[in-house]
This record gives sequence, structure tokens and C-alpha cells, in this order.
Amino acid sequence: MTAELPPGLALQKVDERIMTLNVGPQHPGSGHMRLIVQIDGDYIVACDPDPGYVHRGEEKMAEYRNYITNIPHLERPVIHDSCNILYPYVLGAEDLMGIEVPERAKYIRVIASELNRCIYTMYWLAIYGIFLGHSTMFMWPAGDREFLIDLMEKMSGARVTHAHFVPGGVRNDLPANFEDVCLRQVNYFEKRIKEYAAVFYDNPILISRTEGTGILSRQDAIRLGTTGSVLRASGVDYDVRKKEPYDVYDELDFDVNVLKEGDSYARSKIPWLDMLESCRIIRHALQKMPKSGSVRVKLKPNPKGALDSVYKRVESGRGALGCYIVSDKKPEPYRVKLSVGSFRNLIAIPYLLKGEKLGNMPSVYWSLNYWPVEADR
Amino acid sequence: MSSDSENSEEKSTSKPTPKPAAKPTPKPAAKPTPKPAAKPVKKEPELPEFEKGLADKIVEKFAEKTQIAFVKPNRVRINVKREDIHDVAEFVRDVLNFDHAESVSGVDFPTEKEIEVVYHLGSYSDPSLSEQILTIATRAQREDNPLPGHDATKLPSLRDVFYSVEFHEREVFEMLGVYFDGHPDNRRLLLPEDWADLPPLRKDFAIKGR
Repeated sequence: MTAELPPGLALQKVDERIMTLNVGPQHPGSGHMRLIVQIDGDYIVACDPDPGYVHRGEEKMAEYRNYITNIPHLERPVIHDSCNILYPYVLGAEDLMGIEVPERAKYIRVIASELNRCIYTMYWLAIYGIFLGHSTMFMWPAGDREFLIDLMEKMSGARVTHAHFVPGGVRNDLPANFEDVCLRQVNYFEKRIKEYAAVFYDNPILISRTEGTGILSRQDAIRLGTTGSVLRASGVDYDVRKKEPYDVYDELDFDVNVLKEGDSYARSKIPWLDMLESCRIIRHALQKMPKSGSVRVKLKPNPKGALDSVYKRVESGRGALGCYIVSDKKPEPYRVKLSVGSFRNLIAIPYLLKGEKLGNMPSVYWSLNYWPVEADR
Repeated sequence: MSSDSENSEEKSTSKPTPKPAAKPTPKPAAKPTPKPAAKPVKKEPELPEFEKGLADKIVEKFAEKTQIAFVKPNRVRINVKREDIHDVAEFVRDVLNFDHAESVSGVDFPTEKEIEVVYHLGSYSDPSLSEQILTIATRAQREDNPLPGHDATKLPSLRDVFYSVEFHEREVFEMLGVYFDGHPDNRRLLLPEDWADLPPLRKDFAIKGR
């Protein structure tokens, strides 16, 4: 075998009709990643995603820190959704340590996780709006997510990067009067996001730009192993909250949104519909939550996991988020692997962009609900 | 067991106390703590039945070639030799209806001179399997002076069985140096193109200052 050149240096023989473009990594339209796009006239003939520009080695760092000190850095890949990315890790650590979480803590976690899902989705929606040239859809979500950020600040003390979940429960109990404020804010938030339909989702310009572009069929969505909104927009009814309920999701009322079209429009609509469901979940959880009680099991100093491995998953804003922890009876985990939704949906980018017009690239790419920083970890 | 100090405190005082300081009080007074919220452990007896059935089907087909590592609720793990992983994966896809990979992880075991690659498989198309994760683990030979792609650390790729492992296997290749035979695109994914150090998730790649 001859020594192969690295991919960036290898000379490729190309058709003279084909032009190669680098979209990113500095270009804001691609996030912190590069898309190597080959175009023939206006049509994309091949696309090679090149992630890794924000790779921070979270998995390596987790092998050097104990189960508690891992918490603040493991949430860094997606700081808007920090509760959801910690969730499987915390569930796995509890499983390894054999901890039973108090009932009130489970409800607080569900509320925090749903608030975070909305905060993340609003950020994504703002970016999706501005890259389709709809600047109102940048301003409104960016402003409205502040209501929920205020709630999370009340709950955890930080606007983003909450580090609120710990093995055994949550870090702090809710502040006094939180339930009333939360109910009021969430009701107002729900009223606001319903208005987005008129300005954005029913907007004929948006529909003409996104409908019928980047169609992912049901079979391909399954074969590519996509997850989250991408999967559910292609007609697969799969949500970890329903299929494998964790904490108290099996006691709460909500529906899973599924659309059949599989195009960019359906993919961009699912997260918005999910936010309406999140409001329902939060209201129901506030109603069912025990009014008092412990929110955290006290751990032993330097807790150790059993000699075992565990794979836990939750539904994050971008799909199923799994955490595989291998423990060897030390205070530090032997190996932590995060299987994030963005990384799993990455495989759909070259698949969907092939044959698409270059002008449709932003609408297809951002409709995948893709977060480059999370994919790199 | 770790909740005993918390519980004994709750019994004595009912008013909302501020969170106690993290003072490790070794007080094994009330040892057998009954679960505070008596949540019924529903479905616990019959659930492992289903997983047992899954595991039995694989054992029936492959007999001593596979080894069942554990059967837990919703999780079955089987260890397979590297020669058999392709056949087992095809069986799992065609007969047991698992259709995608959720995650592919590599775990380095330098003392055993092996690198383990763990596939977590799930199913979207079969509703009875939707909560199941089937774990298939295999091990590759580990070399102390790795030359990724050109040494004995090789495994057969499952990309032709499960299309969804494509990027996961590329990540395992660059992070642990396990070359996947038959993978169409064995390039780096996350690391820089000129990375010349050890594969970073191996245990002998040390973080500075630690």
C-alpha cells in the first residue's frame, strides 16, 4: 500500500465543468465547519462535510476528572441545551452508583430539560430565519427566548451553562414562587410562538423556498440512522421520551409530532411544534410536582461507579442523545462516549445536498437542526 | 446506601432545611433505607424475558462464537470475535430487525493489549424493539507503536451492513487507530489532517499537566 496523501493535499482529477467551493469554516452560513461543495453550474454534485474545527476532546477530558467535576465541562458542546446534554450522563452515573432520585428532583429535571429544549430551539430558529433572509425571524426568537433564560437563571443561577443536574438529583431546590412565575412566563411564551405561524411558517416566501427541497424519504431516514426532528419529519414516529421514558416522562401528557413530507419545510416545522408540546409538558409537570421534599441524594465523597458499562439516552433538542459510560470502580469514569444527535445527522448533509441547487443549501443545511459544536464535542 | 444520612435527617426535621454542607458523616444508623417514593417497579419481572429471547436467538444461531455479556431491561450486550462480527451483524439486521447504529465507541485496554469497539444498535422500523439497544462488542489487537491503517489494529467494517456507522467508524479510526477493512472512506474526520501524534483517545496519550 502506498502512503496516501492527506485528503486536503491529494490531487484529484476533476471534470473542468466542476468547480470546488469551500463553504466555511469561517463563513457564518456553515457554522464552525467546512463544507467542500462541488458544483456543476448551479447544481451541487458532491458535498464533503469537514467538521472538527471546534473539537475540544470532551471525551478525553472526562477520563481525567471524577463523576462530579465532569459536569461543568461535559455540557460545553451545546451550552443552550446544557441540561439535555448532561441528562444521559447523569442518568448513567446514577445507574452505576445505584442511586434512586427523589421524586421532586425528577420533576425539576423534566421542567429544566423542556425549558432548555425551547431555549435551544429558539436559538436555532433565529439562525434558520436569518439565513433564509427573514430578519424578523431572527429578532423575535432571539428576544423571546429571554423569558425562558430568565426562568433558568432563577432556577440554577446561570443564564446558560447551568450545570444544574448532578448524579442524585439537581443542584438546588426551586426558589420560592418559581411555579407561579414559570407558569406565567410559559403561557406567555406559548402565546408568542403561536404568532410565529403567521409571520414565518405560513409565509408564502418561506414555503416556496423550503417546500420540496432536500427530501429525505422514510427508508433513507432509517437507513442513515438520523434522529430527532429529521427523523420525525420523514414520517418515523420515534421519540425517546415516549419509547423509553426516563424520569417521569411516562406520567406526563404530550404528543409526538410527526410529518410525512420529509422536506426542509417539514424539518423546520417539527422543532416549532415540539416547543408547543414542551409548554404542555411544563404545565403538566408543574401541576403534578410534589410541593416539597428533597431534591438531591447526598453522595459519598468521591463516588465510584460499579465495574460495569451503561448506555443511557434522552431526547435532546436535536434528537436522541446517548451516553456510554465504562466504569472500572475508580472515581473517574474509564471511558465516556457521547453519541449526539448532530453527529448522527451529519451523514444526511452530503446525502441531501447532492443534486440540490446551491441556493437551497442554507435552507437544507440549517433545517437539519445541526449544531457543529455539538457534533465535534 | 448513600442516601442514609439524608433520610435520617428528613425524619427528624420536617421543616424545609437549607441544603446541608457536604460533611461526610459516617453514621450507618438506619441502614436499610426503604425507597422514599414507593414507585412500583412495574414491568420489572417480565421485561427481561423479551431481552432473554433476543439473546437466545443469537446464541442459538452462533452457539459458542458469541458470548452474552449481560441481559438487562432494554439492554443486551454480546461479545463477538472479530472474525464473526460481520455475520452476527447481518443476522441482527435481517432476522432481528435492528436497522441503525446509535453509537460506535472505541475503548482502549492497554493492559490487555486490545481495543474494544462497541456498536449500539437500535430499531426504528420494528415497534416492539423501539426501547431496545443491542450492544455488540468486539476487540482488535492493539500495538504499542501504532501506525494507524498500516498495523495489525484492524476490524471488518460494518458499513455495508449498517450504512449509519459510516462517520462513527471514521471517528473511531482517527481517535483510536482502528482501521476498518472494507470501509469506503477511511479518512480523518475531526482531527487536523497533519496530526502526527498517537491516536488521542488511547490511554497512553496523556493530557498535559495531568
